[in-house]
Amino acid sequence: MPEPVTMSARSMNFRRTYRPVVLWTAVVLSLAVSGIARAEATVPAAPKTLTFITPWLPQAQFAGYYAALEKGIYKKYGLDVTILHGGPNRSPYDFLVRQEADVASLWLASAIEKRVQGGRLVHIGQIVQKSALMLIAKKSSGIRTPKDMEGKKVGLWDEIYQVQPKAFFEKNGIQVTIIPQSYSVSLFLRGGVDVSSAMWYNEYHTILNAGYDPDELTAFFFQDYGLSFPEDGLYVLEEKLAEDPARYAAFVKASMEGWQYAFEHPEEILEIVLRYMREAHVPANDVHQKWMLERMKDVVLPEDKGRLPGSLAEDDYLRTAGVLKESGLIDEIPPMAEFCKFEGGTREV
Amino acid sequence: MRSKSLAFKLAFFILTCSSLIFGAVLGYNYYVSRQLILQNIEASARDLAATTAQKIETVLRSIEEVPETVAESLAEITYDEKTLKQLLHSVVDHNSEIFGSTIAFEPNAFDGSSYYYAPYVYRSGRDLKLNWLGDEDYVYFRLDWYQIPRELKRICWTEPYYDEGGANITISTCSVPFYRWVGNERRFMGVVTADVSLAWLEKMVSGIKIAKTGYAFLVSKNGTFVTHPQKNLIMNETIFSLAEGRHDPLIRKIGRDMVRGRSGFIPLKSLVTDKNVWMAYAPIPTTGWSVAVLFPQDELMADVLRLNQIDALLACLGFVILLVVIILIAKSITKPLRALAYATQDIAKGNWNVELPKPKSADEVGTLTASFIYMKEALAKYVRELTQTTAIKERMESELKIAHDIQMSIVPKTFPPFPERKQFDLYAILEPAREVGGDLYDFFFIDENRLCFVIGDVSGKGVPGSLFMAGTKTLIKSCAKETAGPDAILKKVNGDISSDNDFCMFVTVFCGIFDIRTGEIVYANGGHNPPLLIRKGQNAEFLPGGNGPAVGVVPNAEYTQGSLFLKPGDTLYLYTDGVTEACNEKEELYSEERLRDFLSRNSGKRIKKMVEDTLREIRLYSGAAPQSDDITLLVLRYWGEAGAGPDENEMTLILKNEMSSLAKLESALAEFGKQHGLDGDVLRNINLILEELTVNIISYAYADKTQHDIVVHLEKREGKLGIQIQDDGKPFNPLQVPAPDLDASLEKRPIGGLGIHLVRKLAESVEYQRRDGYNILILKMSV
Repeated sequence: MPEPVTMSARSMNFRRTYRPVVLWTAVVLSLAVSGIARAEATVPAAPKTLTFITPWLPQAQFAGYYAALEKGIYKKYGLDVTILHGGPNRSPYDFLVRQEADVASLWLASAIEKRVQGGRLVHIGQIVQKSALMLIAKKSSGIRTPKDMEGKKVGLWDEIYQVQPKAFFEKNGIQVTIIPQSYSVSLFLRGGVDVSSAMWYNEYHTILNAGYDPDELTAFFFQDYGLSFPEDGLYVLEEKLAEDPARYAAFVKASMEGWQYAFEHPEEILEIVLRYMREAHVPANDVHQKWMLERMKDVVLPEDKGRLPGSLAEDDYLRTAGVLKESGLIDEIPPMAEFCKFEGGTREV
Repeated sequence: MRSKSLAFKLAFFILTCSSLIFGAVLGYNYYVSRQLILQNIEASARDLAATTAQKIETVLRSIEEVPETVAESLAEITYDEKTLKQLLHSVVDHNSEIFGSTIAFEPNAFDGSSYYYAPYVYRSGRDLKLNWLGDEDYVYFRLDWYQIPRELKRICWTEPYYDEGGANITISTCSVPFYRWVGNERRFMGVVTADVSLAWLEKMVSGIKIAKTGYAFLVSKNGTFVTHPQKNLIMNETIFSLAEGRHDPLIRKIGRDMVRGRSGFIPLKSLVTDKNVWMAYAPIPTTGWSVAVLFPQDELMADVLRLNQIDALLACLGFVILLVVIILIAKSITKPLRALAYATQDIAKGNWNVELPKPKSADEVGTLTASFIYMKEALAKYVRELTQTTAIKERMESELKIAHDIQMSIVPKTFPPFPERKQFDLYAILEPAREVGGDLYDFFFIDENRLCFVIGDVSGKGVPGSLFMAGTKTLIKSCAKETAGPDAILKKVNGDISSDNDFCMFVTVFCGIFDIRTGEIVYANGGHNPPLLIRKGQNAEFLPGGNGPAVGVVPNAEYTQGSLFLKPGDTLYLYTDGVTEACNEKEELYSEERLRDFLSRNSGKRIKKMVEDTLREIRLYSGAAPQSDDITLLVLRYWGEAGAGPDENEMTLILKNEMSSLAKLESALAEFGKQHGLDGDVLRNINLILEELTVNIISYAYADKTQHDIVVHLEKREGKLGIQIQDDGKPFNPLQVPAPDLDASLEKRPIGGLGIHLVRKLAESVEYQRRDGYNILILKMSV
């Protein structure tokens, strides 16, 4: 990375955080509490170490893991967990492949693609059950239905974030001008693009807090168009899973318990999230994190109450893989049993 | 309030009114001055916001010109890497606000071989350094500073950001797109940027202080706080997230106005002090940022408030002085009034020597005091005179009383007058209309067997009448002893009076001489009312004849003499015109006829009772009318040589209101029955009736517990028995009591019912009267 000092100024607009002020150095921050955990261990057997990497910088999107760590849930399951954070140019998949992390949080679509491309990763848990990815337009630009996007400039993030939008345009038979979108919504706010990509729990709120009221915006949720993709999931390398399946099962179980705790104690967990953010020198805005945690609750808990939290529904899997295949990103749909090792298996812990 | 003192009322109303007036004036003054100041503040606030925005705008404009110039030149000149480096070097070197600058090209746009081409010159300490931007991890084409001017095709300023770890300053990048003509196409080549330090801007904005706590802040195009006294807001919060956190829609509304480039002036709560402030904001058009200035209300209004507080304090002081003055004035009014009030009380108690305050001024109080002094003196004089008059009157009254006593003492008042003379009874009474009267009566033996009796009425009453009466009486008495008959007596008296009658007074006189052996009466009448003669068992008759002129009117008048014989039981009844001329309330005279009838009805009574009953009858007739004339009665009854003895046909019992009286009643009745040979059954019935009635009276007639008399009078004449029962208890007419239910048990029968039942059965007539506070029940029956 050239000239970190000067790059600090440049990199501002890079990130998928809603505020353009973070140090590059913050990206490499990890929260290693293993020492403490070990010291406090009450179980006689030495806890099993496990390193987990989030897809992004600290924020409420990962509140459940923080809760599991801070409230001793991992320790309860005999785990000594270290949480690393991904970020710009820190791909969790790379950490997985390089075995710098045992478990990585990836998007389902991205993971299927990697798998089909020969990656050795397997799915062990599904955290975000439905799409938080969405498209937002200003009503003032005349966009109220998908058809209104015809010929408009649409800001899209790269790679995997384009699958659903493109399928959406295809489905609605519209042609748009795609503008690569950075992790800032300024281009959209200034009118550089007519439609912006957004995460419901993040950029949507950022736009609201730049002075746009919800009734001034048209929001397109992919789930409303039959294009809902489960998003954040937990992945591990196949051979590493085979070594000690119980460790990963315990991790998934403990993480889901952490999420449960976070949803039940939002105030307490928000304090933790904000502390993590400050320690990582990430701009911390409490109302934004509160919004994010509330939205996470909407997307993490399965709509089908009978389903176990953290499990992946087959139809969700098949839909996601199906769209990928139709988009030409994959040639074949990997059998779910081979890819999803823990599907239903989280109960085995 | 009515019972409060004058001073209190004055103070209360004057102070209340003046407080209200002053309060209204002060309130209005405060309101108006506040409005004026508010207008000034609004003007100043708007002005300050606009000026500040203008200053910032000017600086930004001048900075903008630098990359703009570069962009313009890049459109024209041919350049190579060296030229670009020199250009950038010069830009950063010559503009102290520019921290770094780059010329970033579109992919492969510089020389067709470099995908990324973006030399970046920046300050590093005192030196300038060069860096090349763009690689797989830093795809600058997608960044705001590149993408926004590219898409918008105009100069753009990025959101300010804090260069932490680098220069530790707040920076905003100004980016200008540049183009070149390729054939007919004006092709976008890239952007020229200047990273502008905003330190000067922060200094300018945070340097704005209004009063003590007023401040200014700046928000970016997206509403992010760029400067603010609360450091934690800077770059962390937008004005909208702040509004969301505070649940304050007003702040959000203001924020929307600000980021949309509007100006305004609005009152709200300060984020810093939580006090009321006025906020003015104005846009910086170049960047779309907005400057706000906050004017603290209480501090700016402090002067007005202080002025008003001083005013109020002065007013309070004024009120205190006013209060003192009011009290003094009230005192000056009320002090003499109070003195007058005390003096009046003293005067009311009769203390005429009380000192009254001297009137000090000629005002109303002075006049009142003067009048009061005059009134006091006039009253004192009047009372003095009244006291004297009263003393005189009292003396006269006392003398009159004595005169009355003397007058009473000169008529004989011992009855019976001659107890040893059984041949006759005599009873007389004189009741003057005033203390002393002009009536007279007298009786005296002129020899062993002849009784001279006289009754007279002097013209005029009161003291002259009484004096004349005394003279007349003495004259008559002296004449009677010397003179042969009544006519001679009158003649002599008439002569004596009329010979020396300067006052033209006269007297009517009836004079008789009664021979107790024969019952003969010779008499002469000097103008007096004719007496009534009541023969035993007959009706009363006026005595005829013997009329002459009133004594003292005609000198040498002659009087004729009449005579009559009284038989045993006969009665002669003499009276003055006070009886017959007594008036009732309608001014009708009692009349001689009424008197005659009354006497006919009451002929059987003893003479004392006859006299008393006459007086009672007259009083009854008069009712409330005052006695207008003296009343004098003289009654003579002849018994003959045998004497009278008790009247065996009558019995009067006086019973006390106690049950032991019943035994007395029974034994007296038994005696009465034996005397008159009454049948045993009849006697039992009478006894039963009287007992019933008497018990009834004893038990129920009296509300008090004192002793009362119940008078039972029985009279048996010619086979008839008359019974009269009289009590002074509460009014009760036993005849109105319904007939008893004889089948009912004794306890349940109404009281007295049985007695009346018997009475009705046995008596021929029953009569009830209520007279003079007496219940009188009269029964008549044959026996």
